[in-house]
Amino acid sequence: MSEFYTRYGDGSPTRVSADEMRRDLEVGTNDAADRGKIPALSQSELDHLFDICTRPDKTVSVERGNEVVVTFDAGTLKLPIRAGVPMDRSSAILTHERAFCSDTMELAHVDYSYKQLKAIIHEETAAMEHVQLNTIIPIFYGAMPNLGLYTKPDGPIENWSELLPLAKISEAKAAQEEAMEHAIKDMVYVASRMYEAGADGINFDTVGASGDADVLASLKAVEILKNKYPDIAIEFGMSGEFILGMHGDLFFDGKRLAGLYPHQQVKVAEKAGATIFGAVINTNSSRTFAWNLARTVTFVKACTEAASIPVHVNVGMGVGAIPNSNTPAVDAVSRADKALVEIGKADGL
Amino acid sequence: MGGIRTAGDLVARMQMAKGMKIKEAKEYVAGKLGISTFELCDEAVMQEIRESLDIGHVQARDGASIGIQAKFNIAKLLGIDIRSVENFKRLTGLK
Repeated sequence: MSEFYTRYGDGSPTRVSADEMRRDLEVGTNDAADRGKIPALSQSELDHLFDICTRPDKTVSVERGNEVVVTFDAGTLKLPIRAGVPMDRSSAILTHERAFCSDTMELAHVDYSYKQLKAIIHEETAAMEHVQLNTIIPIFYGAMPNLGLYTKPDGPIENWSELLPLAKISEAKAAQEEAMEHAIKDMVYVASRMYEAGADGINFDTVGASGDADVLASLKAVEILKNKYPDIAIEFGMSGEFILGMHGDLFFDGKRLAGLYPHQQVKVAEKAGATIFGAVINTNSSRTFAWNLARTVTFVKACTEAASIPVHVNVGMGVGAIPNSNTPAVDAVSRADKALVEIGKADGL
Repeated sequence: MGGIRTAGDLVARMQMAKGMKIKEAKEYVAGKLGISTFELCDEAVMQEIRESLDIGHVQARDGASIGIQAKFNIAKLLGIDIRSVENFKRLTGLK
């Protein structure tokens, strides 16, 4: 029986039979359908996925004409910081524009949270103004809402993660509500200054990392910004496939935020005024690539069908079926990209 | 899509400026360039177009628009406002 070279969600290689591959694809799509209450992939879509997963080529690509654009999170943290290349942020952006030929790029600070940026806003706006003189591609400014930073000792508010285990539920809820007010103010302030300095778009990255209050604060900030600047472009990038109910009783436009999956998240983001939605589906390290891919594509297909705005799927390490590794294998990355675009109908990555 | 090597930056701008999904954004840009959506990612076709419209390319050619200069031409081509271009006009008294 022929075997196919593939991987687990942590990136480690393995070989599986055709039957095993087909079974994992089916179980993966059914898992997403069950959790999200959305349709599973059809047999022809599963066949297409099987074809993508079993191609002998190391790297695969979309069919000509199916190309999509890319946006980035933590844009200028990748070359100068994570890769340790001694270059400044504007050089990193020009490298992306002229050497990597990225469609867009993001200016970002190493302390990647809106709260932290208030103190250095003048330096950040000056950096954006200089970058805009030299670049042609659209440049976002991005950071995280990061509601947790407003808790003691970093901020003024009691830590709800400490209050909850003590069964101080109402105190934990009140703390999150108070943190939201600070976060909204900071996000609106920083985003306003960066937009006025010439940013082509603002990226709210890793929304929901602190749970549903983190999401609600971000939605309200987007709403305020969109009313203030009707032409502002805002990318609303999520932190996970499922909004954690750290508060549990928060609503936007009549919709309870806790428990929303990507096809529901995109609707509240749209309502707030987001321009691009960054869908996230988590990778399970101990399941196969085929299982993760079928599951991811199922969620993404439901999300793009529900969306009126473009959906850019997060395909970094550990999300979007990409193995959870700092050096994700290109065979898996290229297969995930192709499947998300051709079957999931993603508008970008 | 290939950024300024092809038409990736232009398609991205339409998603950002108008919230267009990929198909609509590609059709809009292709219409403005007078080519098919299929050709938007063709390096040879797009090099010629980008150079003739002076909207910036990966090659640093003498006399060609770069940076904010190219963005002036992109804003006119796509019929959109680009914030940095508007700031440039305001700060230099062009507006």
